[in-house]
Amino acid sequence: MPAGIVPREAERRQQPAWRLLLDRPTFVIGAAILLFWIVCAVFGTAIAPHNPLAQQLLATNMPPSAAHWFGTDQLGRDVFSRVLVGARTILIIAPLATLLGTVLGTALGLALGYLGGIVDMLVGRLVEAVLALPAIVVILLFVAALGVSTITLILVIGFIFTPLIARTVRSAVQVEGQLDYVPAARLLGERRGWMMFVEILPNVFPTVLVEFTVRLGYAIFTVATLAFLGFGVQISTPNWGTDIYSNYVLLGAGYWWETLFPALAIASLIIAINLVADSVEQVLAG
Amino acid sequence: MTATAAGPAPGPATTPQAAVLVEHVEVSYRVRGQDRLALRDISFQIGRNESYGLVGESGSGKSTVALALTRYLPRNGRVSAGSIRIAGRDPLAMNAAELRQLRAREVSMVYQEPGKALNPAIQVGEQVAEVYEVAGLGKAEALERSEAMLGKMQISDPGRVMRRYPHQLSGGMAQRVVLAMAIAASPALLILDEPTTALDATVEAEVLDLVAGLREELDTSLLFISHNLAVIAKMCDRVGVLYAGELIEEGPARQVFDQPRHPYTVGLLRCIPRQGQRKDRGRLDAIPGFLPPPGQTPTGCIFAPRCPIAEQRCRDAAPPAFDVGPGRSSRCYLHAATADLPRNTPADVSLPTIAEAARPVVTMRNLSKTFSSRGEVVRALVGVNLDLERGETLGLVGESGSGKTTLARMLLGLIAPDAGSAIELDGMPLGADLRQRSRSQLKALQIVFQNPDSALNRRHTVRRLISRPLSKLAGLSGSALTERLNDLVRSVRMEPRQLSLRPRQLSGGLKQRVAIARAFGGGPRIVVCDEPTSALDVSVQAAILNLLADLQAKEQVTYLFISHDLGLVRYLSDRIAVLYLGRIMELGEAERVFGGPHHPYTEALLSAVPSLDGQRADRIRLTGEIPSAADPPAGCVFHTRCPRRLASGICESTEPPLAEVEPGHFMSCHIPIDQLTNLQSNGQVP
Repeated sequence: MPAGIVPREAERRQQPAWRLLLDRPTFVIGAAILLFWIVCAVFGTAIAPHNPLAQQLLATNMPPSAAHWFGTDQLGRDVFSRVLVGARTILIIAPLATLLGTVLGTALGLALGYLGGIVDMLVGRLVEAVLALPAIVVILLFVAALGVSTITLILVIGFIFTPLIARTVRSAVQVEGQLDYVPAARLLGERRGWMMFVEILPNVFPTVLVEFTVRLGYAIFTVATLAFLGFGVQISTPNWGTDIYSNYVLLGAGYWWETLFPALAIASLIIAINLVADSVEQVLAG
Repeated sequence: MTATAAGPAPGPATTPQAAVLVEHVEVSYRVRGQDRLALRDISFQIGRNESYGLVGESGSGKSTVALALTRYLPRNGRVSAGSIRIAGRDPLAMNAAELRQLRAREVSMVYQEPGKALNPAIQVGEQVAEVYEVAGLGKAEALERSEAMLGKMQISDPGRVMRRYPHQLSGGMAQRVVLAMAIAASPALLILDEPTTALDATVEAEVLDLVAGLREELDTSLLFISHNLAVIAKMCDRVGVLYAGELIEEGPARQVFDQPRHPYTVGLLRCIPRQGQRKDRGRLDAIPGFLPPPGQTPTGCIFAPRCPIAEQRCRDAAPPAFDVGPGRSSRCYLHAATADLPRNTPADVSLPTIAEAARPVVTMRNLSKTFSSRGEVVRALVGVNLDLERGETLGLVGESGSGKTTLARMLLGLIAPDAGSAIELDGMPLGADLRQRSRSQLKALQIVFQNPDSALNRRHTVRRLISRPLSKLAGLSGSALTERLNDLVRSVRMEPRQLSLRPRQLSGGLKQRVAIARAFGGGPRIVVCDEPTSALDVSVQAAILNLLADLQAKEQVTYLFISHDLGLVRYLSDRIAVLYLGRIMELGEAERVFGGPHHPYTEALLSAVPSLDGQRADRIRLTGEIPSAADPPAGCVFHTRCPRRLASGICESTEPPLAEVEPGHFMSCHIPIDQLTNLQSNGQVP
C-alpha cells in the first residue's frame, strides 16, 4: 500500500527522547533557566550576597547600585538576595501541587476513560462544572476558608488541577481503548487495575508528561497571583509574589526595582517552563 | 548505477505518440541531510490507450513513480536524473502555470481513499462540475455534463447523488465520483493508485469493470498501480514489477505472470495461493529476508541477498535490463533459469490427520447481536448456528458489515450476545462476558488481530508480550516459563535476541509473529484469525500462512479464519461459512463451497475476485450496495442483489431456511440445488 510516500527512515534504531530534547535550543534555554532557579531554591541563602531578611533602615528604597544590584526595598532589604532566595517557596509549592494534581488527575482520567459508562458520565459532568468556574476564584475561596499554609496551597491547587488533567488523560485513554492491544490483554484475563496502569498508562504517559509541564507553569502563576492578592504563605522566607504585593504601591513613587525584579523572576520561570513544555510536547509528538 | 543506465534499452523502440515516456529516471529523497535513492534507473513507456501496471510491495517505490510523473513529490524529493515526457511534454521543465494546465487537462489521479479526494463541505455535483468549469463551460452546462458523466459511471439516479455530500456516499460510490472527476477532462493519462484496495471484493469488481469499460470509450492511457497481482493481471496490457526502487521486470502482463523471468517475480507469484492449492497439499513458498532499507545502494543486484540462485557476479555488479523477448526485459543475469527456480520453503507437508472427535469443541446456537444507537436498531448477527470441530479451520467470508467480526468477538467474550444465544465450549456454557469465564475457558480462546501495530502494546518488550500469557494463562514461572518462552519464539521462527526489542523495532511480519506467539502462549483450543495477513506484504503473507498451518498441525488448534481474500480462505480452510447481513448463506466443506454448486451470493463473491489463473468466463456480477443492516430486505435478505432471484416472488416474501442440500453442505436459498447446478454449470467450474 502506498503509505510510504516519503521513504521510511531506517527507524529501527530510534534516538532516545532526551537526545532529541538536547538538540532543541528552546529546550536547552528553558532548562538552563529552570536549573538556575532550582539552584537558587536549594542554595539560595548560601549564594545570596546579603541576608535577604536583614533590614537596613538607613538604606531603604535605594536604587540598584554596585552594592545592591537590584536596589533595596522599603525596609532596606537587598532585593537581589530576596529574588534569589524567593525561588524556594514557589519551587516547593508549584511542583508539589502539580504533581498531586497530575497523579490524581491521571488516576481519575484512566478510570473515566477506561471504565466509561455511567460513572464517566456523572463524574464527567462534575468535572465540567468545576471547569466552568474560574480556577483562581475557586482557589481563593478555599484558601480564604482554610487559611494560608504551604500544605493548604499544595492541596487546593492540586485538587483544582485534578479535573483539568483528568479530562486530557481521559480522552487519551479513550483513543488507546480503540486499539486492539486492549481486547488482547483482556483475553489474557487481565484485571481492570492492570489494564489501566500496566497496559494503558505507559501509552498515555507522554500526554501526562506534557500535561504536567504545562500545568506547572500555571501553578507558578497561580502561587504568585495568590501571593500578590495577599494569600502568600506568611513565613520568614521571601516570596516573589508577596514582595510584589508589598512593594507595588511604591511604584508610583518611582521605586520600580522593588517590583520589577521579582516580577521578572516569575516571568522568567514561567517562560522557562513553557519552553521546556513545548519541547517535550514536540519531541513526544515526533 | 551508471553501468546499468548504459545497458540495453528495454521495450520496443520509442514511439513518438507514447502518452508517457520515462527514461532512466532516478528519484531521491533528502532525509537528514543525506540523499536517499527511492527510484533507480526507471525506464518505461505507456502507449496511447495502453494500460500499464506497476506492481510491487510497500516501499518498492510505486507511488513515487506516480508522484514524480505529476511533479507531486514532497518537498524533500526530487528527480535527480533522467527524463519524463507526458504527451510529448516535459513536466520537469514546466513553470507553475504550465504545471497547473498539465494537471488540469493532461493527467488525472485517483487514489486509494476516495473520501480524502473529495471536499466534505461541497455537494458532489458541484465538485464534478468544477472540472468542466475549469475547462471553460458555463455553470448550467457543466452541471448537465456532470450528471451525464455520473450516469456513465453506472450511478443510478445521478441527479440525487449530485446533491449529496461526500460523507453520504459509500466507498464504492465515492470512488465512482472521483473517477468521474478524473476522466471529466478527458486526460491523456489517468493514474490509478490502488484505487480499489479500500473496497469490498464485489464493489472492487464493479469499479474495475467500470474502468475497463471506460478504456474502450476514452482515448486515455492508464497507469495502474497496485500491490495486487491479480488486479493488475486483469486490468493491464503491460506490467512493470518494481522491487526496492528498481524496475526488475517488464513485459506484457499475461506473459510476465505466466512465465516470469526474474526470481523476484517468480517468488512473488509463488507466495499467492493459486487455485487448487491447499494447506494439506503443498506449502506456499515465502521469499526469505526483507526488502532492503530505502536509500541503500548495493554494488550488485538489489535482489541478490534474497535470491535463491544468486551467483558471485550478481553480488559484484548490478545486472542491466536484458531483452528477454518481444517487449520484455528482466534485470537478472540468470533470467533463463527462472522457470525452475528452486523453492525457498520445502513444499512437502505432513499434516497429521485429526481423529474425529465425538463432539465439536465449540457450538454456537441461535447467536444474535443487536446494536442500537440513536433509536436505530441494527441486527448485526441473526440466529447463527455454527459448530467448530477440533483442529479444523473454519473460514468466515462476507463483505464488510456482514457480521464476521461481531461473531468472532462474541465467541471471544469481548461483546455480549443477545439473550437467547448460547455458546458452549466442550459442552459447558460460556459466559457472555470475559469476566464470567473461567481461566481454562479464557485460555481456550485467543485471537490474532489484523493489524499488529494496534494489537501489540507498543510500550512493552517482545519478552513481556509473549511471556504474559505463559504466566497468566499457562501458569508457568521461573525456568519452566523461560523454556516455554524459548520454544514459542523458535516455533514462530524468531530469534531469542529479539525478545528485548519493542514492536516499533520490528517489521510488520515479525510483529505479526509476536502476536501469533502471544495467541499460542496459553495453549489455546481455538484461535480467531481476523484478517491476519491483510496488513502485510504478499511475500510476508506467505510465511505467516505457512506458520499458521504448521502451528495448527502441531497444536491441533481450531482456527476461525476471517478474511476477505477468498484465495487465502480457500488455501487454509476446511469448512467455509458465508455470511451476508448477519445471516449464514452457505456453510460447508471448502471444496464444496468453492467447487459449487454455490449459493448465488457465494457465486457472486467468487466471480468478483480477479484471478491470476486466466480469466474465468464472467459469471455473475452483483450490482448495487449492501442494504443497511438497520433495514434489511424482507424475505431472503439477498434478494435485492441476487441475479438468480426466482420469478415466483417467493424470494421477496419468505426467508429461506438454512437447509442441508447435500451431506454437510448447507444453503439458505429457495432455488433447488439441481437447478443451481444447472444454472452454474455453464460457467466452467475448476
